[in-house]
Amino acid sequence: MQFTLKVWRQKSQSSKGAIETYHLSDISEDMSFLEMFDVLNDKLIRDKKDPIAFDHDCREGICGMCSMFINGEAHGPGRNVTTCQLHMRSFKDGDTIYVEPWRSSAFPIVKDLTVDRSAFDRIIQSGGYVSVNTSGATQDANAIPIPKEDADSAFDAATCIGCGACVATCKNSSAMLFVSAKVSQLSLLPQGQTEANNRVQRMVNQMDAEGFGNCTNTGACEVECPKGISLTNIARMNREFMKSSVG
Amino acid sequence: MALSGLFLCLFLVGHLLGNLQLFVSGQQGADNFNLYAKFMTTNPIVKVLSYLTYFSIIFHMVDGLILTIQNRRARPKKYVIEKGKANSSWASRNMALLGTILLVFIATHMQNFWYVMHFGEISHYEIKGQNVKDLHHVVMSFFTPTSNSYAAFMVGFYVLSMLALAYHLHHGFVSAFQSLGLNHIKYNKIIEIVGAGFSVVVPLLFASIPLYVFIKHYL
Repeated sequence: MQFTLKVWRQKSQSSKGAIETYHLSDISEDMSFLEMFDVLNDKLIRDKKDPIAFDHDCREGICGMCSMFINGEAHGPGRNVTTCQLHMRSFKDGDTIYVEPWRSSAFPIVKDLTVDRSAFDRIIQSGGYVSVNTSGATQDANAIPIPKEDADSAFDAATCIGCGACVATCKNSSAMLFVSAKVSQLSLLPQGQTEANNRVQRMVNQMDAEGFGNCTNTGACEVECPKGISLTNIARMNREFMKSSVG
Repeated sequence: MALSGLFLCLFLVGHLLGNLQLFVSGQQGADNFNLYAKFMTTNPIVKVLSYLTYFSIIFHMVDGLILTIQNRRARPKKYVIEKGKANSSWASRNMALLGTILLVFIATHMQNFWYVMHFGEISHYEIKGQNVKDLHHVVMSFFTPTSNSYAAFMVGFYVLSMLALAYHLHHGFVSAFQSLGLNHIKYNKIIEIVGAGFSVVVPLLFASIPLYVFIKHYL
């Protein structure tokens, strides 16, 4: 397969970036999108040029590192897949593919397609945890009966890998889907309920402080999320936030 | 945004029910409408509700403006290619544009009728000992080509504004429930159906009033 790639190149956070064009041929349809980038970078290195910086790690769709905005969609045209799990057979031979970094003032560009997502870490640090006694007298979690529905909903929310596709795809750069998944996975379970009120307040405040936009319920995040995190989590967080503001 | 929006949805229902009286023809219909208009401008409870409505419109507008500015700031650099239609509805992405059209409509609409009723030159007459302003005549002549040379243009403007309202409500109604945390698997479908129905029926009935008055002239 042959492709024309239009990739965003930017030397550093402060420098002005631009789209650059690359031509690739002999790409297998079974290659992942990242493997195609490996081929491109190999070519660039052999030509004594600067390879394209991009985030990646497990390449199994579970680590949340890969982050490319492909042809106007976070993680490209596939549904419920990350960029590393997107294969070249999803494109037509001869296609022109635009690849851009996540764009949000809260995710500053480090280089090329790599962005700094530590804003997410700071949101987690603000309250996305359960304070447990780890001194040895910890109660076995399995000893607490939990309704199957709650356990399933908590687990669904916990599948969020924190890749930031929701922020990247939202026209407002809102982080509501991410934060609501993290709030939900804890508050749905009895261990997380003790700190529920403080957690939602702190995490939402931190989210706002990081400069993410507001949710206008377009639903784009849910569609583009590689893990299919549901909008019901946002409604749950809104409920919890209002409840904790009153009580 | 959600609370003021839902309150304005309630206002729309009330306003529509009152305006549908314009479909009643003859002197009886005109008298009833004028008596209703007098009640709506003098009753103390309605006055409180009307101030609440003005406040909601202004709050909805200012809040929308603040949120839009914050959202623009959150993404200072736009994407070269953005495929919004792959993941969201057109209305959901253009609420600010639709809202701006509606603001222009509200200003025009209030100038056309509310201003005339309150401060303009309007003929009075007596019904059962009550002195009423003939707002019915103002509405009828406004949309009739022989008495208003801009009638066709105004009918077109009113109908297009109601189309904007339909799209605004199509996203706004359901969105308000989600913002208030009232999204739940059990009753999502009901909210969606009621929202879709509301966003079609209410603007359609509103738009039918100027159209009816305009077409009636040719019948």
